[in-house]
Amino acid sequence: MSAVAAKDLTAERRAKANIVAVTSLGALTLLVFGFAIGPDVATLRTAAAGILWLSVLFSGVLVFHRSYQIELDGGALETLLLYPGERWEIFAGKLLANLCVVLLVEAIVIPVALVLYHVSVPDTWPALLAVIMLGTLGFVTLGTFYSAMASRTRSREVLLPLLLFPMLVPVLLAATEGSSALLVGDPMGDAGAWLRLLIVFDVIFLLAALFVFEHIIEA
Amino acid sequence: MLASPASVIQAEIAKAKASAISLSAITRRFGHKWALRGIELDVAFGELVVIQGHNGGGKSTLLRVIATAITPTGGTGRILGKDLWRDATTIRAESALLGTSNGLYEDLSATENLLFAARMLGVRQPAERVAEALRQVGLANDANERVRAFSSGMQRRLAIGRLLLQQPKLLLLDEPFNTLDADGVALVSALIAGTRERGGAVVVVLHDLARLNMSPSATYTMTAGRLS
Repeated sequence: MSAVAAKDLTAERRAKANIVAVTSLGALTLLVFGFAIGPDVATLRTAAAGILWLSVLFSGVLVFHRSYQIELDGGALETLLLYPGERWEIFAGKLLANLCVVLLVEAIVIPVALVLYHVSVPDTWPALLAVIMLGTLGFVTLGTFYSAMASRTRSREVLLPLLLFPMLVPVLLAATEGSSALLVGDPMGDAGAWLRLLIVFDVIFLLAALFVFEHIIEA
Repeated sequence: MLASPASVIQAEIAKAKASAISLSAITRRFGHKWALRGIELDVAFGELVVIQGHNGGGKSTLLRVIATAITPTGGTGRILGKDLWRDATTIRAESALLGTSNGLYEDLSATENLLFAARMLGVRQPAERVAEALRQVGLANDANERVRAFSSGMQRRLAIGRLLLQQPKLLLLDEPFNTLDADGVALVSALIAGTRERGGAVVVVLHDLARLNMSPSATYTMTAGRLS
């Protein structure tokens, strides 16, 4: 597992242009939606969480696509699958590498979002951090899984968003609502419920992906 | 006196377990196209078997089935005494396939590529073994260069270096001499000879038998998914 993650992260570090492109896309998404909403500060703050997750979604799709593209470029996927060991370890390695890259992207776009959307870091920042971490884990789990599925097809660029976006609805809904509640104030105490929901989604998706990965990557 | 059916079956099972490869009625279909049609193949330990045939005949598919890269559609088989369907993980640990593509990561250096392979294969003292493999394939001076900058021949040599890390009991080579110069051809020949000396078996898919400077134990021809 660690070998796959280290290999993917090294390849990602070498291809600097990719990480720059992914991060730029995230920042540009925030900028474009900021212009679309207009100068009203209250509206910007209300929309901040949703647009932040949208920018992470768009950037993440590029990360997931690249994750298996490096296996396909030199015909390395078959060699990878022929190494002894369990298939779930390959998935776990790719998941870990993608998680690191998406968290790096978030570390850049979140401060940009805070500035552009006039949002200050709330006192409940540990809870916000937990929502971001759990939301990212669920997002990356599904992204890594569906990009593996799409990688076995010829129209993988088109297929990945078509497969991934509908499945992401529960995770993105919980992450957006939880983040929004914590950023703009949480008088109803909703954040805790969204956080628990995220934990449930993450556990279900992670276990299902680890179990099913072997079958979809060998298909 | 005729042998009983049970003893005949027992003898067949014992024979299959003693073979490096024992395939029976193996088929493989891609969509509507049958790539393999009832393949029967027995390869003993220490043998070198060459498979020839026209493009699209099913040679590479057969190697990939033996390597457990793809599952057959039907039939039965034992590879290194293990069941082709149930023991794929064990078979992978003891066999190695060099396909038509080299299976390398272009953004990684030669050393990083082999170190990754060594970690995945559970090789002990990986740094030393990788350095030795790179020296053997003549890439010691390019060890830290990215594979992207390598010529196709150098990439093929690096893929052969990966096989040197493993020392498999079953070596499967698909057109191994492609893009290799005379030194590279000698390298592959040494790899084949070394595997056989260790008691392993080798199956080579080749168009040009003249490039193989040793006598094979058997030569087969594949035509439209059938082995003859």
